[in-house]
Amino acid sequence: MEATIANLVEVTRYLPMLLRASWINIQLLLALLVVGFIVGTAVALLQVYGGRFVGIVAFVYEWVFRSIPALVLLFLFYYGPAQFGLYISSFLAATLALGFRSSAYQSQVFRGAIQSVSPGQMLAARSLGMGRARAVISIVLPQAFRLSIPGWSNEFASVVKDTTLAYAVGLNEIMRSARIIVDRRYDLAMLALLVVALIFLVFTYAGNGLLGVVERRVRIPGLMAAEPGGTRREHG
Amino acid sequence: MGRAMDPLLRVEDIHKRYGTEEVLRGVSFHLDRGQTKVVIGPSGTGKSTLLRCINRLTEPDRGQVWLEDVEVTAPRVKINEIRSQIGFVFQDFNLFTHLTALDNVRLGLVKVKRLGKKEATARAMEELTRVGLKDKANAYPAHLSGGQQQRVSIARALAMDPKLILFDEPTSALDPELIGEVLNVMAQLAEEGMTMIVVTHEMGFARSVADEIVFMEHGVIVEQGPPEKLFRSPEVARTGEFLRKISELYGAEG
Ligand SMILES: Nc1ncnc2c1ncn2[C@@H]1O[C@H](COP(=O)(O)OP(=O)(O)O)[C@@H](O)[C@H]1O
Ligand SMILES: [Mg+2]
Repeated sequence: MEATIANLVEVTRYLPMLLRASWINIQLLLALLVVGFIVGTAVALLQVYGGRFVGIVAFVYEWVFRSIPALVLLFLFYYGPAQFGLYISSFLAATLALGFRSSAYQSQVFRGAIQSVSPGQMLAARSLGMGRARAVISIVLPQAFRLSIPGWSNEFASVVKDTTLAYAVGLNEIMRSARIIVDRRYDLAMLALLVVALIFLVFTYAGNGLLGVVERRVRIPGLMAAEPGGTRREHG
Repeated sequence: MGRAMDPLLRVEDIHKRYGTEEVLRGVSFHLDRGQTKVVIGPSGTGKSTLLRCINRLTEPDRGQVWLEDVEVTAPRVKINEIRSQIGFVFQDFNLFTHLTALDNVRLGLVKVKRLGKKEATARAMEELTRVGLKDKANAYPAHLSGGQQQRVSIARALAMDPKLILFDEPTSALDPELIGEVLNVMAQLAEEGMTMIVVTHEMGFARSVADEIVFMEHGVIVEQGPPEKLFRSPEVARTGEFLRKISELYGAEG
């Protein structure tokens, strides 16, 4: 396992395969973020505005999906439905497992942001004759989403890395490709994995750059997150 | 009912309790079209609660509110529609932080009154002009002074074409040098015939603009009447005492 010039040339032969596989990671990333965003927003709204019972259910949901290891969730979503004769693709299983998991983290970010919108904003909206749902959509959420960007960026950085876990349910993503290379050419293992690492450095860098652009574009004077809200994960 | 002679607003025996604290203990009054009532009273007396009970931002426990011939407190009333007819101006402005002055004024027109964008914009600009802030239409609240923010919030209320406007200490959060510009706008509204209830400690404003002053304490109306009567010959000793104290603190000239 030497990083010789010859090996360096060898590994570039596998580069197209790794890049093609990384496209799957990007697709999975986007899909799980969408699921996480929609479900996370809904959970946060139910926690803040739902009644007692609905609120408790939403908190249990959040707790469950934050407590179960990502790998266990992946297997549950992949093999679980199969037990009932429902065969779903590894991509769909990974999207749902990681998406729901992410929703539990995103809901925390959104909930904090919603609660940090001054109650006077809701009062003013109601005093104009807006219903509660209307006020949430027109007033609370536009502010809360802006306040969520720093916390959401943390979550983004976590789930980018999580996409490699889908390797475990057989998705042809980048880690699986790396594994194939390693199986074929053990001497290329370290180089191949370094390439994978490099690709993720680029992803994270590009993602943060993109989020930075979004944050600047939607920034409004006087509306800023007090501190990077949300939670850091224990590990990717 | 609903004839021009009837009061615009009738508040009948409003009660409100928070836990064991009885904040409102039976408040009643009438307000005619075009009238301005100023409500005064010590802090914690229930003035804000009373204003909020009128458009049910706070639910009263007992009693009734009538806006013309509609009972606001009726169980199945369309409360959002009624609220859109009652302007509310808050002590700390509560302008929508993420919207420009123009959008703050326009939002209710678009989302509640369902006006087209062009019409709403024209209407909003009209109201911004009325409060002297046409040139600040595109400014965000954070870039406006407190006095300007409060004038935008008045424009926001006015744009809905309300039957009356409730002001809850509209100048209490302002630096002294900014109070005048807001009171001037309010005085101008009163003169133009707007119906208003104003909770304020600005005795100069109360004396010159109010048709009636209502003195509240401990959740009840102690005394109400024309300003001159309350200042010169109040029926309850406590009214005179409070007016003297408040005039010393805030100045009767305004
Ligand atoms: N949402 C609330 N929950 C509990 N207590 C309240 C609430 N709003 C007002 N109060 C209490 O009711 C009393 C009257 O408040 P308020 O109407 O704001 O008085 P004022 O406007 O005259 O100063 C105060 O003692 C206040 O603490
Ligand atoms: Mg008050």
